[in-house]
Amino acid sequence: MAEVKLHGFWPSPFSHRVIWALKIKGVDYEYVEEDLSNKSELLLKYNPVYKKIPVLVHGGKPIAESLIILEYIEETWPHNPLLPSDPYDKAMARFWIQFGVDKGPIFLKLLHSTGGEDQENAAKDFLEVLKIIEEKALGDKKFFGGDTINLVDIAYGNLAYWFKNLEEVLSIKLLEPSTLPRLSQWAQNFLEVPVIKETIPDHDKLLAYIRRVRKKIVAEQLNK
Amino acid sequence: MAVVKLLGAWTSPYVYRVIWALKLKGIPYEYIEEDLSNKSPLLLQYNPIHKKIPVLVHDGKPICESTIILQYIDEIWPQNSLLPTDPYDRAVARFWIKFADDKSPSISKLYRTGGEEQEKAVKECLEMLETIEEHGLIGGKKFFGGDKINMVDMAFSSVAHWLEVIQEVAGVKVFEAQKFPRLNTWIQNFKQVPIIKENLPDRDKMLALLKHRRKMLLASK
Repeated sequence: MAEVKLHGFWPSPFSHRVIWALKIKGVDYEYVEEDLSNKSELLLKYNPVYKKIPVLVHGGKPIAESLIILEYIEETWPHNPLLPSDPYDKAMARFWIQFGVDKGPIFLKLLHSTGGEDQENAAKDFLEVLKIIEEKALGDKKFFGGDTINLVDIAYGNLAYWFKNLEEVLSIKLLEPSTLPRLSQWAQNFLEVPVIKETIPDHDKLLAYIRRVRKKIVAEQLNK
Repeated sequence: MAVVKLLGAWTSPYVYRVIWALKLKGIPYEYIEEDLSNKSPLLLQYNPIHKKIPVLVHDGKPICESTIILQYIDEIWPQNSLLPTDPYDRAVARFWIKFADDKSPSISKLYRTGGEEQEKAVKECLEMLETIEEHGLIGGKKFFGGDKINMVDMAFSSVAHWLEVIQEVAGVKVFEAQKFPRLNTWIQNFKQVPIIKENLPDRDKMLALLKHRRKMLLASK
């Protein structure tokens, strides 16, 4: 079997998505940690357009963009399927994955928010997004994929741990049983899935990383 | 026979992608023109989340987002496929479709904005064209799809047809044939494909509409 390598960055949820998919499919891979402040020649060669991680390299051929990598993994290793087989259900899964992408800027606004009102408004907007996800995408299912996780769960996975850490850093409470009961339960269930449990970064290490990121963001805003 | 409906707007490149895909595969469909300033109850029912066109309705079930619609069409009606069969080639195709989807909005920004905002849009468009020229069109193929057009070619249609009209409306020049020779060749070939040539919005009509829109948008700022 051709060699599989993953160029990633340990705190990046986009990197984690690919790891989860590879592990669910039982694909052996070599992990290459990238220093994003000093990107390797190889990364720049493999992803000249965006120069970003994650990049999956299969048999020497690179694939960039986490969601595209996920679809590639799904098609190349079809066992333990991560997308519905029915074309309409597949389209709906892709719709909700794309919805998460479209709302990325709202998440970024929250990540970059400073000061009371700015942060309050950003949090309010993001809560609305989470409500739609809970109501329309998840509904009463255990996982977005039904009884087991699929690409939609993987795409929204960062909510269960990365976002929870951000809430702690920002001293906000959005993803709570009182405001989002079903999505909160989903987050708990998601973190219990063995592949997820065994691969997400250490809580304290990730929290410290996110604190550093926020410190940098706040400092840059003050210098403007 | 299952009924296929397409809700669209006559100037939207995203709608044309779906039209081309349906025509390439020989799928009959009913087209419903939407007035985006007065969205129909049908549109709001079929796309409550985004309230946007295009929406494909197959057997009463709605599918939204043009790239998702095209993949759905390709899976239900596999003849004249829109994506390569090899998973790696599919991944490369999806990469460029995503790039087109992410960067194309800068094209309509050209006519929707003025001053500094428009300058920023010009810069974004140039970067997009440079990337396609340098990284997307290598390999000497006639189309992104090889000898025939595929979903990637359709995704870049706004560069092929809309950009030229929008440049005139906006009074800016972004695309120059001598600066982007590979892209220029691709554009000429793309516009000659019968299904594309016979299914494009009328240039003069679009020019008039976008000029009017630009006037309204800039006046309101």
